[in-house]
Amino acid sequence: MSADAVPGRYVSRLAVDPVSQRSVITSEWLKLTTLKSSWITMAVGVGSLALLGGVIGFFTNRAWDQTRPARQAAFEPVAASLGGVRFAELAIGVLGVLFVTGEYGTGMIRSSLTAVPRRLPVVWAKALVFGVTTLVLTEIASFVGFFIGQAALGTHSVALSSDGALRAVIGTGLYLTVVAVIGVALGFIIRSTAGGIAALVGILLVLPGVFLILPQSWQDDLGPYLPSTAGSAVYDLRPAPGSLDPWPGFTVFCLYAIVGLVAAAFVLNRRDA
Amino acid sequence: MIQARGLSKKYGEKTAVDHLEFTVRPGIVTGFLGPNGAGKSTTMRMILGLDRPTEGSVTVDGKAYADLPAPLHEVGALLEARSVHTGRSAYNHLRVLAATHGIADSRVHEVIELVGLGDVARRRAGAFSLGMGQRLGIAATLLGDPGTLILDEPVNGLDPDGILWIRNLLKGLAGEGRTVFVSSHLMSEMSLTAEHLIVIGKGRLIADLPIAEMIGSASRASVLVRSPDAARLRELLAGPDVTVTSRQAGELEVVGMTAPQIGDIAAADGIAIHELTPHRASLEEAFMELTNDSIEFHGGTTVGAHDEAARGVA
Repeated sequence: MSADAVPGRYVSRLAVDPVSQRSVITSEWLKLTTLKSSWITMAVGVGSLALLGGVIGFFTNRAWDQTRPARQAAFEPVAASLGGVRFAELAIGVLGVLFVTGEYGTGMIRSSLTAVPRRLPVVWAKALVFGVTTLVLTEIASFVGFFIGQAALGTHSVALSSDGALRAVIGTGLYLTVVAVIGVALGFIIRSTAGGIAALVGILLVLPGVFLILPQSWQDDLGPYLPSTAGSAVYDLRPAPGSLDPWPGFTVFCLYAIVGLVAAAFVLNRRDA
Repeated sequence: MIQARGLSKKYGEKTAVDHLEFTVRPGIVTGFLGPNGAGKSTTMRMILGLDRPTEGSVTVDGKAYADLPAPLHEVGALLEARSVHTGRSAYNHLRVLAATHGIADSRVHEVIELVGLGDVARRRAGAFSLGMGQRLGIAATLLGDPGTLILDEPVNGLDPDGILWIRNLLKGLAGEGRTVFVSSHLMSEMSLTAEHLIVIGKGRLIADLPIAEMIGSASRASVLVRSPDAARLRELLAGPDVTVTSRQAGELEVVGMTAPQIGDIAAADGIAIHELTPHRASLEEAFMELTNDSIEFHGGTTVGAHDEAARGVA
C-alpha cells in the first residue's frame, strides 16, 4: 500500500478499497440486519401499523349502532384505519435510538470509528439506511393498514380516492420516516439508550401535553410548530384549529430532523469516543 | 512506524498524557510499559484518533490516523475495553468491519480460522468468554492485514494457552516486518515478548530503550547471608567495592562480592553460615530501579509517579 516501501517492511497483498460513503452504507445495512432486536422492534412497529386499523375498524363497525350521534359525526375512517401510527412511532423511534446507542452501550462505536475515523459518514449512513428501510416498510404497512381497516369498516369505509385519503396514507409513512431519523440523531447526541428513549418520548409525545399548561397565546403561536404536531398535519384529516397545512407542517417536521442530524454530526466530530 | 511528538492529553485539570515523544519501529515488538493509570490506553486511543490530543501529534507511517484512506489496512487495533456489539455473531461483527473497506468474505473466514473461532463464529459475541472475546478482537485486528498493530493489554484475562498463543503471534507478526506496539502493566510479560521498551509513568516518558539494555542496567547482583555471627562477618567483608546492608539481625545483603568469596572468608575465620543465596536482579527490579533514577532527575513533582509505578509492577 505505502509507496515508500522499506526493505524488510511488511507489504500486504490483501485487496482493500478506501473507505467511502458507499462502503459505510453497506456496513450500516449489515449492522441493522444482523441484530435480532432490529427485526423484532421493526416487526412490532410495522405490524401495528398494518393490523391495528383492522381491529379498530371491526369494533367500530360492530358498535356503530350503539355509538352516540356526536361521535358518529366526528368519526374519520382514514384515521381509524391508520390508528397504529402511535405504536409504530414509538417502536421506530426507539429502534432509531437503539441503532446508535446500542453501539455506545457495547463499545462497538470504538470499532466503528476506528474503521471510519472521519466519523461523519457513519452519521449519514445510519440515518440513510434506517430512514430508507423505515420509508419502504411503513409505506407498505400504511397501505395494508388502510385497506384492511376500510374492509373492516364495511359500510362506514371510504375509498382511497376520497378527499385527502391518499395523502394521509402516504403521509403516515413519511411521518414515521422522519421519526426514524430523529431517533438516530437523538442516539448520537445523547449516547445512552435510556436517555435517548426518554428524550424521544419527551419530544414527540410529552411536549404537546406540557404546552397545554402554558398561556393561551403561547399555545396558539408556538403549539402548531411542535415537532409531532407539525409533522402529524401531513396525515391528520381532521386537524385541530390553527394547525399548519399538511406540507408546510411536514416541512417544519423535516427541519427538526435535519437540525438534529447536524447537531449529531457536530457532537460526534468533537467528542472523544 | 508510529511517531509521537509532544503528545499530550488533559481531561479538565487532570493530565493523562504529558508531552510524550517516542518512535515505534517496524520489525520488532515494542512494549509499552507502565502502571495502571499511567496513560497507556489514552495514548493508544490518541494514535487511533478516538481521543483528540490536547497538544502535540501522533502519526502512523507519517499520517494522522484520520487521514489514512483505508485505516484497517494500515493499522489493526485491539483496545482494552470491549468493542463488539454483544447481540451480533462473531462472523457478522467481522463482516460489518470488512464492509467498510470492501474486504472479501474469504478474508473474514481466514481470520476466524486463524484465531481458532471457527466453531463458535455464528454464536452471539455477548455469550463469549473473556478469552474468546479477546480472540475475536485479535481477528478484527488482523482483518485488514495491516502493517502496524496496536494492542492494549492483549493477554489480560487469558489462560496460559492463550497467553502463549498471543506471544508467538506477536513475534511472528513482527518477524514479517510489521510494527507491533503492545501495552502491559506487567514487566514479566514484556520481557518475554518485547525487544524494545517504552516506559511511561503518570503520562510522562520514563525510558525508551532496548530490553537488553534494561537487563544490563540491572547488573546489580547481591548475596543474602544469614549467620549467627553476622556482626563479625560484616567487619571482615568490608572493602572499597563492597556494600553490606542489614535489614534484620543475623542477616546481611552483600553487593560487590560473590557467594564463594563470602563463604571462603567465613570459613577462614570459623564463622558459621546458615544461608548463602546469590540474587540476580529481575527485570521487575530493573524497572523499579529505572523509575527510581528518572525520579531523581525529575525532582519533586514525579515522586507520585514513582509511587504509582512501584504499586503497578509490584
